[in-house]
Amino acid sequence: MFTGASNLAEGVDKAFLFIFIIAFIFIIGITVFMIWTVIHFSRKKGKEAKQFRGSMKLEVLWTGIPLILVMLMFWIGWKGFAPMRKVPADAMVVKAIGRMWEWEFVYSDSLRSKELVLPINKPVKLDLVAEDVNHSLFIPAFRVKEDVVPGYDNWLWFTPNYIGNYEILCTEYCGLLHSAMVSQTRIVEQDEYDKWFEELKAASFVPEPDGLKLLRSTGCLACHSLDGSKLVGPSFAGFYGSQRTVTAGGAQKTVTADDAYIKRSIYEPNEEVVEGYARNLMQSYRTLLTEEQIGIITEYLKTLVKNEGTQGAGL
Amino acid sequence: MTMGNDTQPSYLEYQGKHKGLAGWLLSTDHKRIGLLYLYAIIVFFFVAAFLGLLMRIELIAPGKTIMEPQTYNGLFTIHGIIMIFVIVIPGMAAVFGNFFLPIMIGARDVAFPKLNLFSWYLYITGALLGVLSQFIGNGPPDTGWTFYVPYSVESDTSVIWALTAAFILGFSSILTGLNFIVTIHRLRAPGMKWMRMPLFPWAIYATAWTQVLATPIIGITLLMVIAERVLNIGFFDPALGGDPLLYQHLFWIYSHPAVYIMILPAMGVVTEIFPTFSQKPVFGYTAIMISSLAIALVGYFVWGHHMFTAGMSYYARWFFSFLTFIVAIPSAIKVFNWISTMYGGSIDLKPPLLYAIAFIFLFMIGGFTGLVLGSLATNVQTHDTAFVVAHFHYIIFGGMGFAFFAGIHYWYPKMFGKMYNNRVANIAWGFNFIGFNLLYFPHFILGIQGMPRRSYDYLPQFHTGHFISTIGAFILIAGMLLMLFNFIRAGRRGIKAPANPWHGVTLEWKIPSPPPHENFEEIPEITSKPYFFGSSDKTKQ
Repeated sequence: MFTGASNLAEGVDKAFLFIFIIAFIFIIGITVFMIWTVIHFSRKKGKEAKQFRGSMKLEVLWTGIPLILVMLMFWIGWKGFAPMRKVPADAMVVKAIGRMWEWEFVYSDSLRSKELVLPINKPVKLDLVAEDVNHSLFIPAFRVKEDVVPGYDNWLWFTPNYIGNYEILCTEYCGLLHSAMVSQTRIVEQDEYDKWFEELKAASFVPEPDGLKLLRSTGCLACHSLDGSKLVGPSFAGFYGSQRTVTAGGAQKTVTADDAYIKRSIYEPNEEVVEGYARNLMQSYRTLLTEEQIGIITEYLKTLVKNEGTQGAGL
Repeated sequence: MTMGNDTQPSYLEYQGKHKGLAGWLLSTDHKRIGLLYLYAIIVFFFVAAFLGLLMRIELIAPGKTIMEPQTYNGLFTIHGIIMIFVIVIPGMAAVFGNFFLPIMIGARDVAFPKLNLFSWYLYITGALLGVLSQFIGNGPPDTGWTFYVPYSVESDTSVIWALTAAFILGFSSILTGLNFIVTIHRLRAPGMKWMRMPLFPWAIYATAWTQVLATPIIGITLLMVIAERVLNIGFFDPALGGDPLLYQHLFWIYSHPAVYIMILPAMGVVTEIFPTFSQKPVFGYTAIMISSLAIALVGYFVWGHHMFTAGMSYYARWFFSFLTFIVAIPSAIKVFNWISTMYGGSIDLKPPLLYAIAFIFLFMIGGFTGLVLGSLATNVQTHDTAFVVAHFHYIIFGGMGFAFFAGIHYWYPKMFGKMYNNRVANIAWGFNFIGFNLLYFPHFILGIQGMPRRSYDYLPQFHTGHFISTIGAFILIAGMLLMLFNFIRAGRRGIKAPANPWHGVTLEWKIPSPPPHENFEEIPEITSKPYFFGSSDKTKQ
């Protein structure tokens, strides 16, 4: 069990094993002792209770032995942990961005990817960047986790040992879709990695419309899809110019999704809520998007026709 | 032999200035206030347990089962706020501390009876506000009971209401702690030197200092979050120039000692139960007493283990891990002394002892898994996963909860003057014990496998554990309802309880059941150490 999927797994698993063995011995031992005591000294047997009040020798013994054991646990835990904070100088650096509610990985040359593809047996350092609230990047198979905190330069590192796909989870509660903030890391051979990287480079030279870039960087796409699928909010596919049934002030009405409607929906998202969606899930973006930027987004939305709206989205 | 006068009416029948309901709501009798807390806690507990059950139903299968994610996030927040701030923090001290602390030290009431009633009103105001936050404003708060910034500043839900509720509850806790400290210092019966005081009052004493010294920190912290939300002052939100980790530090400087506010009185309760049902003095009186104080003291300096992965410096992690292992020692000492108290005794396995033994078993599992979380290497894997959920439910519910069940079975005859049905109590114990372990044990395994906490949904490989857990939830709820039913039935038509059904030796067993209004006709004179059971005990002061 001491060869984990990353170089750090061994130290962690050793600490687990040590604590669990001691815990098991004590919990079973004390429980058996309690059961035996209850049976052996049962009142039904009619023996008189012995009246003694303590023993200094025993107190010293059961203070001293547990103290030694927990110090051993502390030491083994520290031994397993220390290498996690000593990143090799030649580690490849990838920026891991956490935002509500997705992960994004930025490689050299600002190349972005939704999954973390890494070459096997090469140390990698993840610089953790939070764009909104706290998140925590957790790869269970690798035994690594560190919180992604706004304003803090947190990081973690590891060397993957095996080819395969491993889940990346968020373990710091971050709001509505916290549980869906899942990505994966794909560990591949070096040449396959190089190939993937070249493809990433090639794909990213297809220029993205400015509107799409804005949608992406503002985080809109976490809740609004481009391909017609229903997420937290309505999809953008085939959206512009369509007739929307909305609830405003308790009454239902139908409005046309025009420029004014888009602006209203971004600045006052809870005034008119589309039928079938919940109020108060979206906050006003008044401080985040200027009217000019909304104009750029609107131009992009006009290009999205239903079922053909996925070009360049790369989702 | 009883010290009370049988002609004086019991506190339940006593007619003072106010009659009927007002006689309860305006009473400054510590026993009536204890019952007011008890009834409030039972109601809120079943509300919060029901919310927990709804969460378990949602999690029985991956994907949506009965609710939307926003509803789930509100549920786990309110479940946490009610359980932590309304039930486990005040619970033990407010119910058993109020009722039995004065009696066990030979006093007629607490030092400040009116302040005591005021604390209850603060408590009920805060508790109702907490529940109300579910229904007013922009929907239930969805931040988790920890209110982590920046999310708690950005969330549009009724976070301010929940923060205010926790703030008011904090004040109730401070005033109760203050009251108990003064009571113990000033109102002990003549001859009751510090080292002649029973161990439940000692546990309450250690708790009370923690309440008084730690709670103000959470008070000011919650006010700072409110100020940040309302006035945009950047204490914590980095967008306003604040520091999100500062919030976490301030929050846990209180909320870790709060764990000891919950568990110390629980330890005090079982420390009373083991001698009585073994008919034997408590083993290692001084060791248990010192352990209580040591836990209260060292417990202040371990908060950082809640933040091992948050980005603290290497040395801060080292330091907090070290102290976390140290704080485990006093708890271990207590466990050894409890089982030694039973050894050589004349053991009567009645429901209170059954619950106390279950307490040790569950508390050991909670304690050892706490060491897994305290060790830096294993913490990385288990931090903020289901493992933490399992660990703290074993400590808080398996520890404090089962000790509460032990205490209520122990003192029910004294509080209400009626006996409950032992067989039904034992059956309910079986349901509770099995249901509890089925509900929470799978979370240890899920957590090690990587299941995050506070998750509305999960990956398919976690299905089996969640399924078993939900089955356990139903069994546990059934057991607790059966237990409640047993008590209600006993109150209506249970047989009259004698003054001392378990042959206990602390002062509460020397007055009638239920106790008279002023507890003691004549304040007893204490001439020896506590826990004298037989003539063969030759220990003299």
